[in-house]
Amino acid sequence: MKARVFVTLKPSEFDPQGNTIAEALHSLGYDAVADVRQGKYFELDVRAGSQAEAEKVVADVASKVLANPVIESFRVEVAPDGGSR
Amino acid sequence: MKCAVVVFPGSNSDHDAYHAYRQVLGQPAELVWHKDTSLNGADMVILPGGFSHGDYLRTGAIARFSPIMKAVAEAAAAGTPVLGICNGFQILLECGLLPGAMLRNRDVKFHCEYVGVRVEHADTPFTTRCTPGQVLRLPIAHGEGNYYAPADVIDMLERDRRVIFRYVNDAGETTERSNPNGSINNIAGICSEQRNVCGLMPHPERAAEAATGSGDGIVVLASVVDALATHGTVR
Repeated sequence: MKARVFVTLKPSEFDPQGNTIAEALHSLGYDAVADVRQGKYFELDVRAGSQAEAEKVVADVASKVLANPVIESFRVEVAPDGGSR
Repeated sequence: MKCAVVVFPGSNSDHDAYHAYRQVLGQPAELVWHKDTSLNGADMVILPGGFSHGDYLRTGAIARFSPIMKAVAEAAAAGTPVLGICNGFQILLECGLLPGAMLRNRDVKFHCEYVGVRVEHADTPFTTRCTPGQVLRLPIAHGEGNYYAPADVIDMLERDRRVIFRYVNDAGETTERSNPNGSINNIAGICSEQRNVCGLMPHPERAAEAATGSGDGIVVLASVVDALATHGTVR
């Protein structure tokens, strides 16, 4: 089963990398881009009997390893059975 | 006093710490591979600087799961002095032995330079040879040393006198300009509630002899020798 995990800095955190990218975009003339936040994206191939079971495993992995809960939050998406393969 | 220096894949300051204890201070020291499970009766532990596991995922995020870290956590709980330097500090944060986290440096640059580091408190095993307010000239070399913790945690660290090292200018003052990475309150190093676990971004082991540019860091390493001679091991 395919799972996707999106890790982002919490909104309250200053994001030096996102800030640098936003400044670069502004210098290129993309004034429409008000702000940039940089994060991480993971694709996991999970062996699980059900979508719920996969979601449980991936949420566990995300909270313990992929994200640092002190500064980051995460979102998990698991493709329904038979999907995206 | 026997010092164990843990070696992770990607450590690069392990031999600096080993050299400082063996050759400069004349103390027994041993390199311990991260896959080992025992610290072999060491009286203190150093998690050295470097780029463990290539800094993949986050700095220190993979190293915290190394087999040796169970023994390090047990030693820390038993009162053994544990010193995390640079990447070692990042590992201590990731494994929860110290609170907070590191963000990318405020200016997104890797800083490799000497900085002023003020010793705030002398009542830790790493600062017994220091005087509060003493300024050490130490090198830093990191891209992610921007110390962050939620406001209530910062308040607790300040209240409990757990901020041990701060970035300062030549006059010993905390200023924006003397803060190389954007750390809250110019924090360069903190200690645990029991004060026996300490993490700092500057490298005292790379300033152990004047010939390297500064000999100021040796007081941090020598303090542990004094502290253990006075109080013995708590293990």
